[in-house]
Amino acid sequence: MNINLTLFGQLVSFGAFVWFTLKYIWVPMMGALEERRNGIADSLSAAEKGKHDEVLARQHAKKILLEAKNQASEIKAQGEKRASEIVDEAKNEAHAEGQRLLAAARAEIDQEVSRAREQLREKVAALAVSGAERILQREIDAAAHKSVVDSVANQI
Amino acid sequence: MAGDTLTSSEYIKHHLTNLTFGQKTDGSLGVADSAAEAAQMGFWAIHVDTMFWSLLLGGIFLYYFKKAADTATTGVPGGLQNFCEWIIEFVDESVRGSFTSKNVLVAPLALTIFVWVFLMNLMDLVPVDVIPLIAGWFGIHFMKVVPSTDLNATFGLAIGVFGLMVFYSIKVKGLKGFIGELTFMPFQSKNPVVQVMFIPINFLLEFVSLIAKPVSLALRLFGNMYAGEMIFILIAIMYNAGLVLGLFGGVLQLGWAIFHILIITLQAFIFMTLAIVYMDMAHNEH
Repeated sequence: MNINLTLFGQLVSFGAFVWFTLKYIWVPMMGALEERRNGIADSLSAAEKGKHDEVLARQHAKKILLEAKNQASEIKAQGEKRASEIVDEAKNEAHAEGQRLLAAARAEIDQEVSRAREQLREKVAALAVSGAERILQREIDAAAHKSVVDSVANQI
Repeated sequence: MAGDTLTSSEYIKHHLTNLTFGQKTDGSLGVADSAAEAAQMGFWAIHVDTMFWSLLLGGIFLYYFKKAADTATTGVPGGLQNFCEWIIEFVDESVRGSFTSKNVLVAPLALTIFVWVFLMNLMDLVPVDVIPLIAGWFGIHFMKVVPSTDLNATFGLAIGVFGLMVFYSIKVKGLKGFIGELTFMPFQSKNPVVQVMFIPINFLLEFVSLIAKPVSLALRLFGNMYAGEMIFILIAIMYNAGLVLGLFGGVLQLGWAIFHILIITLQAFIFMTLAIVYMDMAHNEH
């Protein structure tokens, strides 16, 4: 077994290999490994966060649902109240309208009555005058006693 | 190349000889024709097979990991990326477990050692005669395909780790601290004169333990792989010794290869772990 130049050849190639490994293999590979490790850690924490968010979202949804329910029942109650109010108003209006119509009818009736009374009065006056004319045809001058007849007729 | 004319010892010796390139005795440059000639070339020669296979395997390692790193996505990883990430995370965990200081170099160092040593050891599982036979067709006489059975390769790695150890020891603790660690431990005394007398003893102990680290690193890997390779070669010899022994050798080779899968992985892991531990010791006061 001879020790010779091969020793230096091996020594130099060993050094070159180590240098190459350090520069072109170890550093990039460890970098890739590190990056992947970080990536996995990030993904895991993101998943954890997602889970947490989901719980929060669920709680939030529950709250919103509850609020909506409350609002709905409130609106319902308001609606019912409003409906009964409208019914009351309608009732009142109808009542008032009825009263108004009643009053108008009464006024008309009164008017009719007074008109009829007027006509009646005139007719009675005319009748009285004509009656009196027939009775008093001969003695009484219509023109001379007209004022007396009118005042009588007005007293009806 | 297990020629029938070779004796067993020649066969083994042939398998354990590297393809050595260097200056021959007549002054010309070339590939050694025999183990003896390879030894004569001395220090200024190079094992072409060791260099070729280790660089090829290192290149395969870097190519595939670079490909994975380039296409690395932060999303769902593909097959290659998954495999590379699996190894990288395994190494990263080992480094985190044993290395307490901060140094960006240690983890890539550990990754390189683990994968490279594993791949070099893996060549042991290729049947011992296959690649030398193919090389023989191209006129190459010697071909040792397992780089980690070459002391040069294991010492190359160990000295690299040792150099980093010393460098970071001095960088972290200062030259004074480094020398202090070598000379003022483990024996200490309040009396300055006694302390000075302890210095050589301390230095001897600590220096030996310091040097033992790279040497044991290199020799452990080399010894394991060399022994494993040797057993494969011995089993391969049985193929020439008749039908019954040949079949028995086939069973043995299968069994040893399966067992060897454990050894090559374990050796790569041990080398990596010890390198991490040594680097940790270099960064810490003790």
